[in-house]
Amino acid sequence: MQSERLRHMPNRALLLKLLSAVILFGAWEIAGRVPVSFAFPTFLESMSALFAMTLDGTIFDAYAETLKPLAIGVAISAVLGVAIGLWVGLSSTFDWLFSPIFIVMQAAPLAALIPLLVLAYGIGLTSKVLVVCIMAMPVIVLNTSGAVRNTPESFKEMGRSFLASETSILMRIVIPAASPVIFAGLRLGISAGFIGAILSELKITPTGVGDIITYSRSIADYPSMYAAIFSIILLAVLFLNLLEKIEVTLFKGNQRDYVSN
Amino acid sequence: MTMSQTKETITPAAAAGFESAVSARNISKNYGEVEALRDMSLEFPRGQLTSLLGPSGCGKTTLLKIIAGLLEPTSGEVEVNGKKVTGPGPDRAFVFQDFALLPWATVLRNVAFGLEMRGVAPSEREARAEKYIKEVGLAGFENSYPHELSGGMRQRVGLARALAVDAQVLLMDEPFSAVDEQTRRKFQEDLLQLVQNENKTFIFVTHSIEEAVYVSDQIAILLPRPSRVSEIIRPTSFRNKGVDNIRRDPEYLDIVDEIWASLRTYVE
Repeated sequence: MQSERLRHMPNRALLLKLLSAVILFGAWEIAGRVPVSFAFPTFLESMSALFAMTLDGTIFDAYAETLKPLAIGVAISAVLGVAIGLWVGLSSTFDWLFSPIFIVMQAAPLAALIPLLVLAYGIGLTSKVLVVCIMAMPVIVLNTSGAVRNTPESFKEMGRSFLASETSILMRIVIPAASPVIFAGLRLGISAGFIGAILSELKITPTGVGDIITYSRSIADYPSMYAAIFSIILLAVLFLNLLEKIEVTLFKGNQRDYVSN
Repeated sequence: MTMSQTKETITPAAAAGFESAVSARNISKNYGEVEALRDMSLEFPRGQLTSLLGPSGCGKTTLLKIIAGLLEPTSGEVEVNGKKVTGPGPDRAFVFQDFALLPWATVLRNVAFGLEMRGVAPSEREARAEKYIKEVGLAGFENSYPHELSGGMRQRVGLARALAVDAQVLLMDEPFSAVDEQTRRKFQEDLLQLVQNENKTFIFVTHSIEEAVYVSDQIAILLPRPSRVSEIIRPTSFRNKGVDNIRRDPEYLDIVDEIWASLRTYVE
């Protein structure tokens, strides 16, 4: 059977991903050719602009700048976010103390708060890192704490009845059990961090990729503008894939295949 | 009544001529206003299987978890081999109703979990885990994950995990209630074998009358509101007649009927 054969193809997932990309980029190309707006370049124009920027090194210089707040902010958010989330999930005192802060952070209109951050921390790296953190951390903290709080009671009872120490229960049971939701939080948080990094370059000082976007728009070089946007999305997707690989390696049994696979 | 010799009122185990491995004395447990157990005393003879049988809400799982040291009684105490229970200990192992297997760990690591927590070296604990995996009939599945196994196989993993730590007392909380009927029957036969071969004391919670009568040396009937031990039944004649003959033995059938007669008024 046709569907049977498709199902057993080893690279079915990859094929579907490629198909999805072809549809998306095809639609982009067509929309650019119509054109939807004179400010909307075609896919191929954008790609050749990206290629040109790669050749003359502009894109690398830009990322050297953009990656600084992004990497620092994402690293802080991931490490601190998971740590605070664990703490909040395990202790009701910390839940009361910290949860409201992160709920407010998540709901806050960040663009409106940026002037305040600039006032307090200037226009340098600190403010940009903070923007990334404010975007990335809340969802990481809230997911982690929620997942930890929902560890199945029977897992913990099992641990205790087989003489696991409190530390062992945390390390061997609570964290692995929470890991799918923690990783879901990391994925959401880190994508938000990418948005934050670009937002900070658009709103605070135009540097790196934000500078390419702002500058190309001001001179109506739309292909370059979209090339820059495309490159940051590509980087985010690649990074999220890497994160998924890490998760699969660490917690293999948590990955359940789709029944149809 | 032919049944009278098999039935005793609540007498201490010593009077009936056996040694207790576990004694529960005057156990009460309150959850706030709710009284789960009131002044319950029960002896569990060494090397035998005792079932706790009763309608839901009679506190049988609560009593089991108190014996396991997972719950603290409001008053009263449990002794295992003469030592007062203050928490979980190496002398007891638990088999869970919902299996409680770690989904991210292989069968081997799940079975070795108790040994790992006791600080047994990796090579030794793997060897011991493999031995018990074979014993419960799961050889070849060492590197499978729980979600790849059927319900019955999962509970075999739970059983192997409990056997691997070699505790003298095995606590089983409705271990077969989540597996299908045929698997359950096979489990019950295997359990009889296990009680005979392993010199362990089994405490077995169930809500199935037939299952309790089939597998038990001693059945404690628990009744709710207030939770109490209403009677203790010790089947005498059919245990050695072979697994295939138990279910049509007259004593087996009589005891099943008798227990149903005393429980039916408590079933809503």
